[in-house]
Amino acid sequence: MEFKKTVMLGALVAGTLAAGVAMAAEQFIGLPSYRVGAYAAGGSGIYGGWIDYMNLINERDGGVGGVKLVWEECETEYNNARGVECYERLKNKGETGNSMFSPLSTGITYSVLDKVADDKIPLVTIGYGRTDAADGRVFPWVFPLITTYWSQATTMIKYIESKEGDLKGKKIVLLYHDSAYGKEPHAVLDRMAADKGFTVEKIAVAHPGNEQQSQWLQIRQIRPDWVILWGWGVMNPTALKAAAKTGFPRTKMLGVWWSGAEEDTIPAGSAAKGFTAAGFNVAGADYPVIKDIKKVVYGKSLGNMEDESRVGSVYYNRGVVHGIIAVEAIRKAQEKYGKGKALTGEQIRWGYENLNIDDKKLAELGAAGFMPPLKTSCMDHEGSGKVKYQSWDGAKWQVVTDWIDADKQMVRGMIEESAAKYAQEKGITPRDCSKEM
Amino acid sequence: MFYREAGQFKASYQADQQIFPIIQDRVGIAIVIALAALVIPVIANEYWLKAILVPVLIFSLAAIGLNILTGYAGQLSLGSAAFMAVGAFGAYNFMLRIDGMPFLVALVLGGLAAAAVGVLFGLPSLRIKGFYLAVATLAAQFFIVWALVKFPWFSNYSSSGVITAQDIVILGYTFDGPVAKYLLTLAIVVVLALMAKNLVRTSTGRAWMAVRDMDVAAEVIGIRPMRTKLIAFAVSSFYCGVAGGLYAFTYLGTVEPEGFNLDLSFRILFMIIIGGVGSIMGSFLGAAFIVLLPIFLDNVIPHLFGNLFSASFASNLQLIVFGGLIIFFLIVEPHGLARLWQIGKEKLRLWPFPH
Repeated sequence: MEFKKTVMLGALVAGTLAAGVAMAAEQFIGLPSYRVGAYAAGGSGIYGGWIDYMNLINERDGGVGGVKLVWEECETEYNNARGVECYERLKNKGETGNSMFSPLSTGITYSVLDKVADDKIPLVTIGYGRTDAADGRVFPWVFPLITTYWSQATTMIKYIESKEGDLKGKKIVLLYHDSAYGKEPHAVLDRMAADKGFTVEKIAVAHPGNEQQSQWLQIRQIRPDWVILWGWGVMNPTALKAAAKTGFPRTKMLGVWWSGAEEDTIPAGSAAKGFTAAGFNVAGADYPVIKDIKKVVYGKSLGNMEDESRVGSVYYNRGVVHGIIAVEAIRKAQEKYGKGKALTGEQIRWGYENLNIDDKKLAELGAAGFMPPLKTSCMDHEGSGKVKYQSWDGAKWQVVTDWIDADKQMVRGMIEESAAKYAQEKGITPRDCSKEM
Repeated sequence: MFYREAGQFKASYQADQQIFPIIQDRVGIAIVIALAALVIPVIANEYWLKAILVPVLIFSLAAIGLNILTGYAGQLSLGSAAFMAVGAFGAYNFMLRIDGMPFLVALVLGGLAAAAVGVLFGLPSLRIKGFYLAVATLAAQFFIVWALVKFPWFSNYSSSGVITAQDIVILGYTFDGPVAKYLLTLAIVVVLALMAKNLVRTSTGRAWMAVRDMDVAAEVIGIRPMRTKLIAFAVSSFYCGVAGGLYAFTYLGTVEPEGFNLDLSFRILFMIIIGGVGSIMGSFLGAAFIVLLPIFLDNVIPHLFGNLFSASFASNLQLIVFGGLIIFFLIVEPHGLARLWQIGKEKLRLWPFPH
């Protein structure tokens, strides 16, 4: 009896192993996540959503083109040095090395910017990072997808214009996080102010931004028509509360997409009501893709979120957007380089450069209206530039606009100018896009 | 037995005054340097060189800088990261604005710029002491980072205030591979560390220690406190500045001012507290401890417990264990890891015949 049992067990093990070898094709994705520290809310939400989406693809579709997605997290603590360590640690894992690197931190993005070209790993920075990397001729390996800070700034002005009519003589205050991130929109806003005849007052808030008395005093003196909140972390609820105290209407406050999550408004309580913020994804759990995740992933208790109620929040959905784009890039690359096997970072880079997620595709994915359509090329690594605006009604985010297009012409000119300067500084010869296939 | 100095006679002043007067130390250091320079480049892979060894060396240099100021001269500083930033942005600007500027000269000039800024912010140390001085150096931390963001000239008008280090070319050779960058960093750190080791034994170093132990007494025996403290600030900031230059050029390649925030200053301070205040060797041990332990935990904890915990809990657990280990080491050895090594040396001297 004992012997028989052992043989059967052995056969079972061998069978499992054989099966394991047969379906060995696995695409490795290294996730440089952060789940501790000041920005843990963003990190756990976005990486959680991303992992849940990959689990959905594995469980529902059996992977991408028969290739299972596998991943490993590496804690960066939002710290540049740790991020570089994670990048180096993850880059040779899996069958073909790391497929992509998305650190969700502008600082880490800059720290690995030069390395990705040597290692042939696409650096995907959705809604953050280096804006002029949208010029794919100079930055073949960097993808600041969907929309950049500069594009976003132009949509903000468009939004304000749609509310105010003519902007001539209007006063807009930019209340910004005093960092490289906060300085991103300055040049764009200055140029738009000169074009449209409004004035921009820029008021800095020192990190972390939990003390804004003097800034709001200044705003009260200026008496602006609009305040653009370019904040991060604790600075956002503080600004909303200070605005309430100063008596500045929140309906005249416009937030950047890092100011527009539940984590920014709920701590401000009733002071946040009426606040509007940009987003390249929307909040809500009513989209088919989120429903599928709830059914398939959470139904099998494979969900990554400890607090399931966060499924459908802004950060979580942003993670799902990361997942959708990563999966579609792999799918695209498989069309060219072959299905059923793991692809290299170089091949996936091609996938990212030739993405075409149109409305029809979005509907198939169950994400119509969830994120903007996206079409990239060798020239354009941004691919969309569209943003929706959402208002906080006191309990949840309500979408108030359709997708608003960026002023592409102006932003593109500035991007090319800045990228050309970088190319000259670094001695890079831009690619000739007519020769790229 | 292994560490017996008996029989090692010093027949000349030169022999008596060398950096490592005991032959075991000389041999030991020579072996360590030879290992680091000859063996490690051959056996270590890219991950170890780029992500582990280079940052440990650079932070060791920064910790030496702070140790000179805090450990030897007794002036508490929370501005180390800012002085690193001055060094990084200084070296970048010297390379950018002066044609044909050699890398090593730019690095030294960046260090000197940091030294000048350090002296400026060291002036209050003449009047205020201890924690109050820490607050004054905190001003340096915030002011310098603010100034680098505020004035776009420093970052060559880059829209986001970020600088990208130029290529390192020395005598026509481009240092671009991981091994080349590691060896360059190692060479600079070894030279500067030996210089620091020597410096603290000179009259300058002894003056620092006298001021640290009791500045009134030091003044009475003829040490000028102003000169001594300002030299300490200058030398310390120079070391931090060079470390910052290396941080930008041989480690990250692209840096932003926010990278040099108060957090980094605290990390450097923890390095010398853990490693040993007033010890060059402790700076290396402390830097290795603070840089390597979190990485080690991040590698071990998820594998140890598998999927038992959620990812968030595993991440938080790392911090808890890290903090716990720091407290543990401070309790068992308040004088730092360097002190443990010293105790070990004394044991080895008597072994195998303790009293």
